[in-house]
Amino acid sequence: MTIADVQAAINSGSSSCVTIVDRYLKEIAKQSHLNTFLEVFEVDAKVQAKEIDQKMQNGSAGKLAGCVIAIKDNICYKDHRVSASSKILEGFESLYSSTVVDHLLKEDAIIIGRLNCDEFAMGSSNENSAFGNVLNPINNENVPGGSSGGAAAAVKAGLCHAALGTDTGGSIRQPASLCDVVGFKPTYGRVSRHGIIAYASSFDQVGPITTSVEDTALIMEVIAGKDGWDSTASSREVPKYSKLLESAGTSRKIGYLTDCLEATGLDTEIKEGLMGQIKSLKDAGHQVEPVGFPYLEYLVPAYYVLTTAEASSNLARYDGIHYGYRSGHNDSLDTTYKASRTEGFGTEVKRRIMLGTFVLSAGYFDAYYSKAQKVRRIIQDETTKILNQYEFILLPTTPRTAPAIGENVNDPIAMYLEDIFTVQANLAGLPAISLPLGKHSNGLPFGIQLIGNKFEEAALLSFSKEIYQN
Amino acid sequence: MKIDNSTVDKLADLAKLEFDAESKKEIVKDLSRVLDFVGKLNELDTENVEPLVYMTDETNVLRKDEVVQEITQQDALRNAPKKDSDYIIVPKVLQSNPEV
Repeated sequence: MTIADVQAAINSGSSSCVTIVDRYLKEIAKQSHLNTFLEVFEVDAKVQAKEIDQKMQNGSAGKLAGCVIAIKDNICYKDHRVSASSKILEGFESLYSSTVVDHLLKEDAIIIGRLNCDEFAMGSSNENSAFGNVLNPINNENVPGGSSGGAAAAVKAGLCHAALGTDTGGSIRQPASLCDVVGFKPTYGRVSRHGIIAYASSFDQVGPITTSVEDTALIMEVIAGKDGWDSTASSREVPKYSKLLESAGTSRKIGYLTDCLEATGLDTEIKEGLMGQIKSLKDAGHQVEPVGFPYLEYLVPAYYVLTTAEASSNLARYDGIHYGYRSGHNDSLDTTYKASRTEGFGTEVKRRIMLGTFVLSAGYFDAYYSKAQKVRRIIQDETTKILNQYEFILLPTTPRTAPAIGENVNDPIAMYLEDIFTVQANLAGLPAISLPLGKHSNGLPFGIQLIGNKFEEAALLSFSKEIYQN
Repeated sequence: MKIDNSTVDKLADLAKLEFDAESKKEIVKDLSRVLDFVGKLNELDTENVEPLVYMTDETNVLRKDEVVQEITQQDALRNAPKKDSDYIIVPKVLQSNPEV
């Protein structure tokens, strides 16, 4: 069911925002064992539902009327708590709304709660949350992926119509793939980052997690655009993505990355699924060709050097003084900083701050940080070269299906490699989508990923719709 | 790249973090492993490659130089862990020195 279907049902009188919100609230309570919601905005959602029902009757409702959205716990919403799933921000209430939340509210989306994620969006399994891990709704023994694990799981479990996540190295697409939903990361700069708790500012983007390409397009159309609060947000006009989805009959040129399909860690059934998709695209008249990209092994290393460096700077603001957690060990300023941060941050966050501090420190800056920035340039250039020749790049979203809970927690590098196919789009700043592709013989789903050209969201979404017909 | 205890101590001080004996062993091991892993980047020839620093195409995005009251003092105090009606309370910064 798409947002348009929901609106049609409300307009025909067979449904209402009030009944929809009540249904989701019941469902959230019933499936609380999944641990997807850190907080349900029950009172606000009910008030909003009444108001929007009224607006729909008057014919004055916005584009997202009837759409119940949950937001990842790193997206600020005025006068609501937000914690980035970290103890260091426990109890913190945002003084302002992020630009994306303002856009959602203006178009009458109902915001039903905030969703569990990896602490400060650092992780690929949602096991790094200070508020407990999230269960994959398809099989509760498995992780939902991360870091927007709560978001993907909530959408799959039917606890909200759609969700907003953030994607720094795959944090929308990877959990979408592991939970069988649609996850979209826009071009860097397409969506404002104002009011998003920063992890790595040259990578972070907000995007929707949904069950259809139609909903992804509509939500993107609402949240994208320039913003006086974020000077990296693009001033390019936002196309009406939802009106540009029809592309039947257009023959596309698609390149698939052989280095990804031949990668040793890639599950054979996922590979077969992709080859099957490539064949059906060819049968449908598209030109699909193999392309080499001999940089696969360098993607995750470059990603970790750069994102940890940015994280170590971004997370310097949590000092136990102005807001958030302050330790009881605070006899001097320095002890206050150190004890508050040491007690407030989780293990993975501290690990990344330490690595980031190292690569930025005197003596190592050139060897690690500058080197990674140069490698990032090569990756961007080489990816752009492919996209000058092909409209889209096709590759897996994840090397395998959802890992078991606890499987990777003691091995940071194994955890980092879960992102091997998703970090390329963030390193290059390109839009990318994960679409549900198939079901493994182990019963778990997996996705297919498409990377598009810079700011060519419209083409990427219309082609995605062709692939993923609900 | 081998990381030792003294490097971890120095980094921890810069990052305002503390590691007890047990967690220090872990972080020494983790950092060494991760640095070996990212050392892979040295295989790539980056001679004459400019570092990629800015991801946006926008240039000179400036706003008007106008004073805007974004939040009130009361709002600013709202999330402070320790405060009175006007100020955020911080630990003593200047320590008394008996030798002076």
